[in-house]
Amino acid sequence: MYTNQVADHIANPRNVGELDNPSGVGDVVNEVCQDRIRLTIKIRRGVLSEAKVKASGCPPTLAAASVLTELIIGRSVADVQVLGRSDVTNALGRLPAAKMHCAILAIDALRQALESCAV
Amino acid sequence: MRVYLDNSATTTAAPEVVAAMLPYFSDHMGNAQSVHSFGQQAKAALEASRRQVAALIGAAPTEIVFVSGGTEADNLAIRGIAKQFSERGRHIITTKIEHPAVLATAEALEAQGFFVTYLPVSREGLVHASEVRRAIRDETILVSVMHANNETGAIQPISEISQALAEAHEAGHRRIYLHTDAVQSVGKVKVDVDELAVDLLSMSAHKIHGPKGIGALYIRRGVKLGKILFGGHHERDRRPGTENIPAIVGFGVACELGRTSLLERMNRTRDLRDYLEQEVTRRITGVKRNGDPHQRVPNISNLTFDGVDGESLLIALDLKGVAVSTGSACSSGSLEPSHVLTAMGLPRDEVRGSLRFSFSQYSTREEVDYAISTLAEIIARLREMSPEGDTPGIRSALEGANSASTGASEIKL
Repeated sequence: MYTNQVADHIANPRNVGELDNPSGVGDVVNEVCQDRIRLTIKIRRGVLSEAKVKASGCPPTLAAASVLTELIIGRSVADVQVLGRSDVTNALGRLPAAKMHCAILAIDALRQALESCAV
Repeated sequence: MRVYLDNSATTTAAPEVVAAMLPYFSDHMGNAQSVHSFGQQAKAALEASRRQVAALIGAAPTEIVFVSGGTEADNLAIRGIAKQFSERGRHIITTKIEHPAVLATAEALEAQGFFVTYLPVSREGLVHASEVRRAIRDETILVSVMHANNETGAIQPISEISQALAEAHEAGHRRIYLHTDAVQSVGKVKVDVDELAVDLLSMSAHKIHGPKGIGALYIRRGVKLGKILFGGHHERDRRPGTENIPAIVGFGVACELGRTSLLERMNRTRDLRDYLEQEVTRRITGVKRNGDPHQRVPNISNLTFDGVDGESLLIALDLKGVAVSTGSACSSGSLEPSHVLTAMGLPRDEVRGSLRFSFSQYSTREEVDYAISTLAEIIARLREMSPEGDTPGIRSALEGANSASTGASEIKL
């Protein structure tokens, strides 16, 4: 049902936790299923130097949250601003069509975290 | 280590079952309807198996009709009665916690103009006979209530329900037939069709270490069912189609094994099940047990783990080799929670965090120990990962899991 990449992120979630004094926070909830992703990021000289994530919900939500941190750490703000759900699903191999909302939730968390830095 | 604790989904076939089946694929391959010796050999095996199946539930062999499994048995019972007695009445009583084989059949009948009452259950997952009594109408022709629930294992008061129907009959109501889906209770607890006083009872082989694709419907002598399949005159004209002799032979052996060592297996699986519940609640906080603690089959445990998603738990356990099941699944962002736990009134998040562990005679203490320690690790990890981990309830649960405390648990055993 799920790819090896999803399984790997479930078994060994990356960068779990919460940063102290983050530059930005994205905390999003899917109102229908209540899955939640909380992403904290640190930006230094235009680069996302650190990211930590917490997540609850179904397996793809946990995997999407985990893989998101790998997609953004060490990359420039300009680079991560253009990330979309397909970047998350590609990094996870694939997600069942019915679970696409999990990748969207991860991108929503990222966008909110980036926006919160801007203010 | 691979640990299979999903025996309510299906079981491994017993070695004796497989050995008994094999000759009937080749050496004894006859069609039981054939007059020649090949056919007669198959016919003899068919009837011997029928006696074995009948003996397990205290029925006469002529009351056993072989079908393809639990789903067909439920369909034949419900649609058969509906078709036979639709002129007399079009009201059926069932419950909200039935297997889809019953619920979907009832819904299909509603689409054909029948009226169906879906009875509620208590917080413990039990139907009350008084609810059945209240639901009876002049047009009621059938009551279908499962014996043991597949998610919680809760055993429904079938003989009390049959008593209520008998009282209605004495009070002048025309006969109301009683069907029970006993797929999860046969071979797990003593099932006797006369003690239960049912007219129809569904069984499935693969839940009791028999092969998949075979089951039976018990039809009490004298009960007439309308036809739902058309063909030859097999099974005393009650179910057409060439008999699946290898599967039927395997089913018969599974029933024989089930009957001869029932008590011993019941005690064994109950001990393992109780051990799992005790250890899980000792080592993990935020655990609740679902379903009636006393009136239940000995091989099922349904537990809710606060603050985690059942499917995530299931996948993480599977990655460590432990197979269990969950009643909740999420698709397209809409949760499809267990209809059983929902009917019991559990809040949505408790339904979501539920897992079913189901044991068999082949489950071992070593396997259960591995499952418990793996579960404790995974729940601690998932709770640590959860953004809700900072809320007081979950925090205390987390601390409990991390320190493997021997403190008070939320469920009493």
